[in-house]
Amino acid sequence: MSLGLLVLTVLALAALGYAIGRRRAMATAGGDLRKLHSLPTFYGWITALGVLIPVFTVTVIWLFAEGFVIHNSALSHIDPADVPADSSVNLMMADVTRLAEGLSVLQAKGTDVPAVEQDIEALKTALGDAGVAMGNDPTPSMIAAAEAVRGTAKASRLGLSVVSLILAVAGLAWGLRRISPDFRARNATEKVSLGMLIAASLIAVMTTVGIVFSLLANTVHFFSIYPATTFFFSPTWDPKFGGGSTLGILPLVWGTLYVSVISLVVAVPIGLFSAIYLAEYASRRVRGIVKPLIEVLAGIPTIVYGLFALITVGPLLRDWIAMPMGIGNSSSTVMTAGLVMGIMIIPFVSSLSDDIINAVPQSLRDGSLGLGATPSETIRQVVIPAALPGIVGAILLAASRAIGETMIVVLGAGAAAKLSLNPFEAMTTVTVKIVSQLTGDTEFASPETLVAFALGLTLFTFTLGLNVVALVIVRKYREQYE
Amino acid sequence: MKDLRLERDVQTETNKIEARKVQVYYGTNHALKDVDVDILDKTVTAFIGPSGCGKSTFLRCLNRMNDTVASARVEGMITLDSENIYDPRVDPVQLRAKIGMVFQKPNPFPKSIYDNVAYGPKIHGLTRTKAELDEVVEACLRKAALWNEVKDRLQSPGTGLSGGQQQRLCIARAIATSPEVLLMDEPCSALDPIATAQVEELIDELRSQFSVVIVTHSMQQAARVSQRTAFFHLGNLVEYGETGAIFTNPKDPRTESYITGRIG
Repeated sequence: MSLGLLVLTVLALAALGYAIGRRRAMATAGGDLRKLHSLPTFYGWITALGVLIPVFTVTVIWLFAEGFVIHNSALSHIDPADVPADSSVNLMMADVTRLAEGLSVLQAKGTDVPAVEQDIEALKTALGDAGVAMGNDPTPSMIAAAEAVRGTAKASRLGLSVVSLILAVAGLAWGLRRISPDFRARNATEKVSLGMLIAASLIAVMTTVGIVFSLLANTVHFFSIYPATTFFFSPTWDPKFGGGSTLGILPLVWGTLYVSVISLVVAVPIGLFSAIYLAEYASRRVRGIVKPLIEVLAGIPTIVYGLFALITVGPLLRDWIAMPMGIGNSSSTVMTAGLVMGIMIIPFVSSLSDDIINAVPQSLRDGSLGLGATPSETIRQVVIPAALPGIVGAILLAASRAIGETMIVVLGAGAAAKLSLNPFEAMTTVTVKIVSQLTGDTEFASPETLVAFALGLTLFTFTLGLNVVALVIVRKYREQYE
Repeated sequence: MKDLRLERDVQTETNKIEARKVQVYYGTNHALKDVDVDILDKTVTAFIGPSGCGKSTFLRCLNRMNDTVASARVEGMITLDSENIYDPRVDPVQLRAKIGMVFQKPNPFPKSIYDNVAYGPKIHGLTRTKAELDEVVEACLRKAALWNEVKDRLQSPGTGLSGGQQQRLCIARAIATSPEVLLMDEPCSALDPIATAQVEELIDELRSQFSVVIVTHSMQQAARVSQRTAFFHLGNLVEYGETGAIFTNPKDPRTESYITGRIG
């Protein structure tokens, strides 16, 4: 039974459960709704869920386990000695999987599969005709493994179908038996929704944990083949794909910080001042128009900002500032990337700060105005200090956004890793180098590619630290005037 | 709590504030109609009346706080020492330094106790040296009967005080700009009975230096602390006179209904 048909059957059983559950609840109450603990729909839902939840849980677990079982059954047919010297077991397993798929295609087309398997040349032609590309020529052990894959997969699907149907029917019967006027179907349904909410938040958390662990594993691998002291303290970034590279993170960190600082110097005053204007002075109408317009900036894809940096800001800075002052002749500069990135993060600063300033109670403004302070004094001495922790939080969030930015840097500041104070020189950041180390034909075995994970983890630690600081400050701010 | 005090002697008969034909509109809503009141110097004047009767609105006219509400419009004439406060030459910011205000909910700034009191003197440049400022802060905290409780922790945040202490801190902050009139908008409605009694006692002491105008929901409070009472109803000033007379011998039937609990 195919997976689609199985899903449809189980859904149909669930729908049936809903309909019967509802009717049965009414029947047990003798048609009097008031005798039931819950509304009839709740009985319907809990019966349907009784069908769906066990089937869904078992299917998910089954499909996970299936992969391992199939892999192992195929692996048992492959002798490690058969693996060619320039390949690996994993590459061979990929071929086996492809071969298994190819055989299924051939079977669907009506080819006599067992006959073809006897003749490797015929098999190759047949596969080629069916449009299945193979990396290596199939060997007898690979064919045996592929047959094992097909056999196990078929058996597993059959098993899954049978188990699912049995579970679905059993769930339906059990759910219907439970229905009585005293059964608290409403509470039971709510427990299920609570479970779903928990599962949803768990998925988000587990993903973060998963990302960290995958980074961590590769980083550990990197440091086992490359000295950590060079990575953290060498002032040179010089990757060579032939080996023997110097992979010092310092120039990249320096570039990242330089670009981020310039962007914050641009974004913080502009964002903060516009937030003050919007929150304190602008009329409701002006605010309603200007605020969404500023937020549009946040919606522009960063690659568009990058183009703006590359073709407008960069040449402009070079021709009007850097060249006349004789401090640089490149249009890809830290200054270009910093300025454009600053514009990009203005809405992060202004929008959050605006909300935070608005959250300062009106009573504080009244208190200050009532003492004869001007609106400007009130803002400077009462409103901003009260909102300051929140504003700092907004700035830190904008900063972590700037640190993680890639596109604008590639197009605006170039890709040369340099340690320099001159803002009109090309530099680059951690994220750009992660991209350049991983693009192209690579395998994750050399320090030149694995370094990307160490860079990524460093960056992650950085922004995580900033976010934690931001959260702590924002939390403290909540206690301020409550 | 204190007994019902019926001390009615008024030291002066000078009018501090005179209001004539004051109208207030919030958009198209006519919130206050034809209010005429003379507020005496060095006297506590209470404004009473049911919710929405316009008493707080009128109080906020006296220091032009209604200017900060975009939809509000004030007509008529209000004079402070015979000078029209709605004259275009009058700077509302300067005026508010002369007419202090204490609000319903204690609203200390999220600063230290010291900085809360020093806020007014600092922005108006009332002191020349730090020592002078220290003196002003101490004097105001003493006048607000808070000095003994906070003298050892002047640098801790004002928001950390109890509700009653916060309200007395706000009073200290208001009197630090040496105002001539102190407006209080239901200053005790967020306080417990003990803190209320302390603030009421304070109000009575402040009377020797300022003219105090207090808006209150509690008729007992008006009777305890004030020498003059004005009764507002539906945007009209119904009756204004000596507090004892208003409570014992009201002329208007609406006043009588309110103080006996039939309306409101």
